[in-house]
Amino acid sequence: MATTEVERRRGQLAALSIAAVVIIIGVPLWWRTTETYRAWLPVSQIQELANLELQLSADVEVVFARGTVTPEQQKKIPLTLSQDDEHVVDEDTSLRYRYETRYRTATIMEEDALNQPTAAEADLSLHMLSESPCGSLVVYVVPESTSLLPEDVEVYIGQRRTALLRIGTQMRVGRTLDQLLDHLEPRIKKLLQLMSFSHTDITAALSDRVRLSPGNKESIADSMRAFKSSPGYEITFSLLNPDPKSHRLHWDIEGAVQTFIQPLLTKLEPLANFSIDSQILYYAMLGVNPRFDNSHNAYTLNADSLAHVINPVEARLGSNAASSNPVLNFLLYVPDANHSPLYIQDRKKQQVPSNAFHSPRWGGIMVYNVNSFYGPDVAFPVDININMAKVMGVFLAQLRLLLGVQSSTPPPGFLVAPCGSSGLADWELDRLMWSRSVENIATATTTITSLAQLLDQIGNIVINDNIAQQVSSAVTSLQLAVAELESGNLGFALQYSKEAILASERAFFDPSLLHLLYFPDDQKFAIYIPLFLPMCVPILLSLLKIASEVRQRRRDKQTKTD
Amino acid sequence: MKIPTLLSLFAACFVAGSANIEENVGQFFSSGHTNNWAVLVCTSRFWFNYRHVANTLSVYRSVKRLGIPDSHIVLMLADDMACNHRNPKPATVFSHKNMELNVYGDDVEVDYRGYEVTVENFLRVLTGRLPPSTPRSKRLLSDDRSNILIYLTGHGGNGFLKFQDSEEISNVELADAFEQMWQKRRYNELLFIIDTCQGASMYERFYSPNLMALASSQVGEDSLSHQPDLAIGVHLMDRYTFYLLEFLEDIHPASKANMNDLFKVCPKSQCVSTPGHRTDLFLRDPGSVLITDFFGSVRKVEITTETISLTDPIKQVEEIAVHGEQEKETYSYVDQLPVSEIIHQKPKQKDWHPPDGFILGLWTLILLVFFKSYGAKHLKHIF
Repeated sequence: MATTEVERRRGQLAALSIAAVVIIIGVPLWWRTTETYRAWLPVSQIQELANLELQLSADVEVVFARGTVTPEQQKKIPLTLSQDDEHVVDEDTSLRYRYETRYRTATIMEEDALNQPTAAEADLSLHMLSESPCGSLVVYVVPESTSLLPEDVEVYIGQRRTALLRIGTQMRVGRTLDQLLDHLEPRIKKLLQLMSFSHTDITAALSDRVRLSPGNKESIADSMRAFKSSPGYEITFSLLNPDPKSHRLHWDIEGAVQTFIQPLLTKLEPLANFSIDSQILYYAMLGVNPRFDNSHNAYTLNADSLAHVINPVEARLGSNAASSNPVLNFLLYVPDANHSPLYIQDRKKQQVPSNAFHSPRWGGIMVYNVNSFYGPDVAFPVDININMAKVMGVFLAQLRLLLGVQSSTPPPGFLVAPCGSSGLADWELDRLMWSRSVENIATATTTITSLAQLLDQIGNIVINDNIAQQVSSAVTSLQLAVAELESGNLGFALQYSKEAILASERAFFDPSLLHLLYFPDDQKFAIYIPLFLPMCVPILLSLLKIASEVRQRRRDKQTKTD
Repeated sequence: MKIPTLLSLFAACFVAGSANIEENVGQFFSSGHTNNWAVLVCTSRFWFNYRHVANTLSVYRSVKRLGIPDSHIVLMLADDMACNHRNPKPATVFSHKNMELNVYGDDVEVDYRGYEVTVENFLRVLTGRLPPSTPRSKRLLSDDRSNILIYLTGHGGNGFLKFQDSEEISNVELADAFEQMWQKRRYNELLFIIDTCQGASMYERFYSPNLMALASSQVGEDSLSHQPDLAIGVHLMDRYTFYLLEFLEDIHPASKANMNDLFKVCPKSQCVSTPGHRTDLFLRDPGSVLITDFFGSVRKVEITTETISLTDPIKQVEEIAVHGEQEKETYSYVDQLPVSEIIHQKPKQKDWHPPDGFILGLWTLILLVFFKSYGAKHLKHIF
């Protein structure tokens, strides 16, 4: 009897110890070995960023020239005013525009500069005196009798960051300083909206965050035309020669790019890297047959058939396989001798003076007619030198449009100076930098918040250290970018926003984040039950048996004591 | 009395104004896309699944014909039927018996072939999470203004699609992948077509906006194949895609056919299964969506009205080249086939070296055996 008692004891001890090992060592071990490595992410900061409150600051300096203010008013200036404009875009996004306006009178050197005969020269000499920092504006208020501006022009916008504003007739006599400032304020505001940022531009830049209902159709066209912000762009110039037997074309593309295109790209360097290449394609036809128009004695392509021109050519263009940057294609098509001259007609059947068209987010095509360079009795093939200045003029205009430099028509009474040799005015660059910074910040915040949401939702994804590091650096760059925008440092804001977007894209598109581990619950049971059930059933049953014996013994003890 | 006339005048002004804007902006507000992409996937291998490859190639052919260039098409074929040993007509894939239409063509570009067609690669293409060394032709480089057509075919079931006979993708994973694409704004609108058994189950779980889906059969139904070709020996196409191809052959790039026509393709009388579609997540009315919005690539164009007058003379680039010439490096070809590294030849020893360990050991062994067997007394004969 004792041996069965010992046996039973031994059995109970064995069961208890196995259960202890399974529960104390086995379960934690299984838990630790099946958990996925998830590095720590700054989730609270990311949630703060989801609620975006952007403040854009612009510094404006208003300089009163001689003749616009009376001497006693001059004593009250200099003064500084600041103005805030709040807009709520949606429940997560709000914008505030702050204009810090400083009023002062002109210095003697500035007065000399304003005495130049034409506005363009005045602009140049004003620029020589002082260089305005990125993101700021200087407005010179000139008296009504000035000869700088033509009769019907109220405002002249220069090539750098200056504008000339003519004071109105009603402000000639008997007004106080407050009246003068009130009179100037709406015009300065309109000027600011043209030269720095306007609400429509900034909300268009936020399109990644905020899906706006199609309001203004022109703004939709604008937002569809320009490429989205990207760290780099590839530009390809192609010369299409469908008839090498007749035309032997020479184009000095390297020199033309160096002279005309490179200055623009150098100026745009804070925004993105550009790489340029060029090629010549022989026997490349347009996909559409042009029709002969008797009234113009030329072949014409009408506006509806232009849409079908691009596709057959695109297949032959090729692309730089090494990078994933967006590509801008600029094609120069020289029609063959049998179909020359070739003109493009717009919807109103008028000939287009530039003889070129562009496609949003793709590039541009220009048709260059060469039949005027040679007479009818000439021995083919003819050597033709292409006038690169004319060609590059068109391509440069198309490049500006495709990169997002909007040349919307200025309001009446405004005269905008033609952009200089670099193809881009300084204030246009500032405008582009503002919208690009806002766009980068918006895209980076949506990327980071959706990444955090994704990682939170799917518990099975492994989060490596490098991803956590990218996310943290993206968050810090975003916070810095927002802070710099608030204080008005446009250059730094753009740089931080670019770093933020690079880091966030690298984190989001990391190849290790692919979630293939979707297990429906019944599959999870199907995997674990055959492994654990055969082991757990004997342990559980023996534990139950021990528990029932203990209970039995206690009941016996109770009946004994009773 | 005056008010209605005033109102009608205002209305006339508005109409005139909007007509002007319409002229200026053109086709911009018919659809919001500027480029088109297509991802065409055939998921089954083996010779008897010829019809799935023919399905995918026929959609590829239509899409290319209607204008989408190869750089914007990601074609994934799990097996090579054209060069299969059992193909009596090599380098062809036919879609109709009597070998009427060769859908393989001359210029097909397959981006993912054979064993590269896996669930992982498909999801990586969709979400963009490819390793940095992936070439451009294997990536889906769409942006927020791209319309994407996704076509899947193969063997499927209720809620899954089989890849390569060894793995499957579930409808939840597909829906999550589309959601990630939406979060990152990788598409403007997406058309999803699937030709498998119980195909409608694959689009049941979609929840992202701007998705339209078509399937060849409902849950519980099988998609059937069209007809076998006795010379090739297998079924050439599936019914749904056969009638889809017939429909698409009538579409040309300027066609105005819309999605409602596409929904009518292959009714139950022809297809035996009931094709289904899902448009509740799509924002536009399907009747206003053109077929060419997804299957073709009609570009929006704008006339360039402004030019910049450039008057600077062109800088001569030769000046820069002069400085470069002084520091010309000489280049030489690297040995293309370094034979010595491949074959691991030992270099020939020029000087005499004492014999190797092996030779020494061998001779010692021979001597030991000799003297052991014949005794040490023979030593004196040697020395």
